[in-house]
Amino acid sequence: MDELIASVVRGLGIGSTYALLGVGFVIIYRATKVINFAQPALMILGGYFTSLFATRAGLPFPVAVVAAMVAVAAIGALCERVALRPMVGEPPFAAAMVTVGVFIVLLIVAFRLIGTQVLTVGDPWGLSRTSVLGVSVAQVDIAKIVISLVAIGVIGVFLARSRLGLAMRATALDQEVALAQGVDVGRIFGLSWAIAGALAALAGMLIGTASGGIEATTALVALKALPVIILGGLDSIKGSVYAGLLIGVAESLTRTYQPEHAPFLGANFDVVVPYVIMMAVLMVRPYGLFGTPEVQRV
Amino acid sequence: MSTPAVTEPILDVSDLTLRFGGTTAVDAVEFAVGRAELFAIVGPNGAGKTSIFNCVSGVYRPQRGSIRFDGEELRGRRPDTVAQLGIARTFQNIELFENLTVLDNLMLGRHHHLDYGALAGLLYLGKAKRAETENRRVVEEIIDFLEIESIRRSLVGMLPYGLKKRVELGRALAMEPRLLLLDEPVAGMNLEETEDMARFILDIRAELGVTMVMVEHDMGLVMDIADRVLVLDFGQRIALGEPGRIQSDPAVIEAYLGEAP
Repeated sequence: MDELIASVVRGLGIGSTYALLGVGFVIIYRATKVINFAQPALMILGGYFTSLFATRAGLPFPVAVVAAMVAVAAIGALCERVALRPMVGEPPFAAAMVTVGVFIVLLIVAFRLIGTQVLTVGDPWGLSRTSVLGVSVAQVDIAKIVISLVAIGVIGVFLARSRLGLAMRATALDQEVALAQGVDVGRIFGLSWAIAGALAALAGMLIGTASGGIEATTALVALKALPVIILGGLDSIKGSVYAGLLIGVAESLTRTYQPEHAPFLGANFDVVVPYVIMMAVLMVRPYGLFGTPEVQRV
Repeated sequence: MSTPAVTEPILDVSDLTLRFGGTTAVDAVEFAVGRAELFAIVGPNGAGKTSIFNCVSGVYRPQRGSIRFDGEELRGRRPDTVAQLGIARTFQNIELFENLTVLDNLMLGRHHHLDYGALAGLLYLGKAKRAETENRRVVEEIIDFLEIESIRRSLVGMLPYGLKKRVELGRALAMEPRLLLLDEPVAGMNLEETEDMARFILDIRAELGVTMVMVEHDMGLVMDIADRVLVLDFGQRIALGEPGRIQSDPAVIEAYLGEAP
């Protein structure tokens, strides 16, 4: 039983960082109809900047995190302005290919910055443990869950309640008509990239906490956000949260129980699990668990 | 053909020319719209009526001419900055956000009246909250005015055609425009819906004093409510004047009915 609870908490911890990344994808997708493949590179830069500000510049940890989020938000907005803005009006698929290019460029930059080191982000949790329901769990997992969910909650309220959130939804539905309402569509695109960048930076910091550390190849972890958004639905923030947590827990439970109960699947099978779930979802509900089918009067 | 001079026009269009390749959609058209005037543009299909709207609202880039709105040149401006100057429009084939509620569609019309930034919105600071509440009040007044209280929380995609047209008018009004461009406000409507819409248009002028330019095929409606009418054919202005005079203008009769034998 203890083993189960510990495994679930670990899964929720890593799953909440997947959710953060997934929400970043969803925000850009909702505003621009483009899937942003550069998200993993933004995440790794977030981890890098947190490490830079916290351990090398010696800023207090919360300040370093916010500064890293701002830095990556600016990088995101800049990428949008330089690489994606000229693609306005082009098919979303073409723009998605441009984001692959942006991903490669940013990743090379990150490789140069990080090199072969493993960076620590200077988080205050380290390896300390605390007790939940009488079971010892890592503090860092609790921190991941709380920080991710608070960040997503703030963004969710912003999108649902503020004028810019409404303008973002309108832009996603019809750019021409949004323009006719006085919405500066270019600015909305930039804003969506900035928000996604800030969330990716936060995820990068969380993935680099405790024993993890950030190395250049950590970017691959962010690919797990793809199963998350497929499972949750490309346009649903709520879906990203549930799907992120679900996939994190599924992965963690597999890691805990599979070597013992299904050893024939081989070592490291947990790495495969998110993609297995993704394929299953694509077969039965291609628009995801929470994605909205179009409202249409027939 | 004499044009009664308009003193201090709110919209002053001169020498407006728009070409698509070899086709001249709008050919050196001139007209001026006075304050609080209800100005109609009519003409056969393809005469260039909607093209003029698209030039005014910044969607098309005319090759020649000028469009002055309250003294400011609109040519070369982007659609969003034209909207921010106070020019709202409705579309021939209803362009609402079908997946949003009536209320959200109208709130979108308030977009540029809500001038708090992303950070204030993110933290939902007092300023953002006050602005949203104030704008919600304006929107509720428009909902009352157009008698659409009962559908305010419905998804627009689920509404019948006539109501969608009314919601689109509401969204344009939510911008508190100084100039309202109505592209075929009663197209496809039955008699009762047409009369409702005519009443709303007249009320908008009487109660809100908004200047309106309307493109419309329903001649009965145009003759009933318009102050002046501009008639276009093949992109050229063939007549401009009061409805009564237009009806008996030989050039207009020829454009609509063909040359008299």
